[in-house]
Amino acid sequence: MDILNLLVAPEFFANGPVRTALVISAGAAIVSGVVGVFTVIRGQSFAGHALADVSSAGGSASFLLGINPLLGFLGIALLAAGVIELAGLRRVRERDLATGVVLGAGLGLTALFLYFDVTTRSTTGVAVSVMFGSMFAIPASLIPLSTGVGLGALLIVAAIYRPLLLTSFEPGLAKVRGVPVRAIGLAHLLLLSLAVTLSAMTIGAILSTALLIGPAATALRLARRPGWAIFLAALIGLGACWGGILLAYDSYGWTPGHSWPVSFFIVTLIFLAYLGASSTAKPALKRAG
Amino acid sequence: MFSGFMLNSWIVASMVAVMAGCVGFFVVLRGSSFAAHALPLGTFPGAAAASLLGVNPLWGLVVFSGLGVTGLSWLARRQRNDVATGLTLVALLGLGTLFLSLSGAYSQAVYGLLFGEVLGVTDSEVSPVACVCAGAVAVVALCFRPLVLSAVSPELCRVRGVSAARMDLVFLATLGLATAMALPVVGALLVFSLMVGPASAARAFTRRPIPAMGISAGIALLTVWAALALSYTTNWPVGFFVGTLAALSYAAGRCWSWAG
Repeated sequence: MDILNLLVAPEFFANGPVRTALVISAGAAIVSGVVGVFTVIRGQSFAGHALADVSSAGGSASFLLGINPLLGFLGIALLAAGVIELAGLRRVRERDLATGVVLGAGLGLTALFLYFDVTTRSTTGVAVSVMFGSMFAIPASLIPLSTGVGLGALLIVAAIYRPLLLTSFEPGLAKVRGVPVRAIGLAHLLLLSLAVTLSAMTIGAILSTALLIGPAATALRLARRPGWAIFLAALIGLGACWGGILLAYDSYGWTPGHSWPVSFFIVTLIFLAYLGASSTAKPALKRAG
Repeated sequence: MFSGFMLNSWIVASMVAVMAGCVGFFVVLRGSSFAAHALPLGTFPGAAAASLLGVNPLWGLVVFSGLGVTGLSWLARRQRNDVATGLTLVALLGLGTLFLSLSGAYSQAVYGLLFGEVLGVTDSEVSPVACVCAGAVAVVALCFRPLVLSAVSPELCRVRGVSAARMDLVFLATLGLATAMALPVVGALLVFSLMVGPASAARAFTRRPIPAMGISAGIALLTVWAALALSYTTNWPVGFFVGTLAALSYAAGRCWSWAG
């Protein structure tokens, strides 16, 4: 009991910001794990990372306009997903370029909005909190909206589960069978926007990629069936988030003055899980062709 | 606009633009825009680590770009390229958050490293950037043929006895070194825009490699000059103009090849 108390301080669960962080990060981890498996199989990690980075423009704009940050992140991510889709997805290389150009333009906008944030509203810490996350500063009022977004994403996955899986593993076969490949691809981009928005809120725009592809890549090395991989990815993400929050809470006593950033612990746990899995297992699930 | 304190900015920005235009040609040709984005971004925590240890930030940047290149090529052997890039990037950035927090770097410094601090370049910053830009352009010039060959046809490359994997490493190391040096001045995100936008636009105007590289460097130069001038007059961040202009040049290239 003493050891448990040392690890998990008794006041841990009584702390309001901690409870909010636990709830919101759980939603982000589960949605990112589920969507991440499809993203890794489809080879769209870059799109996932780009959408998260670009959504930081929305995050910084929401500080400027005083609107709900989740709506800011989400709006810009959806807009960017639309532009990437419009710019053409025919060839992988062309898609990567279009993604890169959208990413560059979006980050330019972020620079502008952050500049306005600092000059007009004197919110000096905003660059760090948008890019690297501010888990313990999330207001509890965001819980209903973020839970709604998360549930919505999971419902979409459940509704299109089989065609989504088929187009991810065997795009050629899916086309032959008459699955609307392009519409499913667009739905996947939509899901990606929802997932990265949730995790951009928690561990920051440029780190949300960790939650998206880390657990998924780990799970795909361990699991033999897609459903099992999805479950495992969500579980790993959840474990990393909650473990990271706990460690960050404990780290207050490690260095004088301030605790270590929670995003650091989450990313480290995810990366360690990946290294552990990749040193023990061969890739079990691969996209054919 | 061309007074003393701005002169260094013009010089450094022009050099970085030419370098980014040349390296960017290969980024586009090899389809490695994710790596081109990840290396500069993953390198920037090096500056925070160096300030924590009290050494010259350039060393921190070089070490981190080395870590990035090693991580990329090590992970790419066991994982799909894009996943490897993403994992390397987040591992470095995760370390970055820790160093930033421990070193107590305030938001403005982070902003500068990400989006660039082009206005206010000191004299001592000019010569390292010049050396590295010249070095990167020299590597690209020396390895021009094998780099093109390994990008266009890895099979032909293997027949000729050039290892495509080694060319990948040469390319990534050049990319990493170039971005590490340019970073404190132009910022992690700006380097990336300069590599991707102009080079992809240049592709639309010619199919021959050497003219395409020249056009790419030219567009990058024009982009940076216009961005600096606009930034000087409006006081808005230079990264915004570079990102927007690079995207516009890509759109112009698409329109050109669509109309022609």
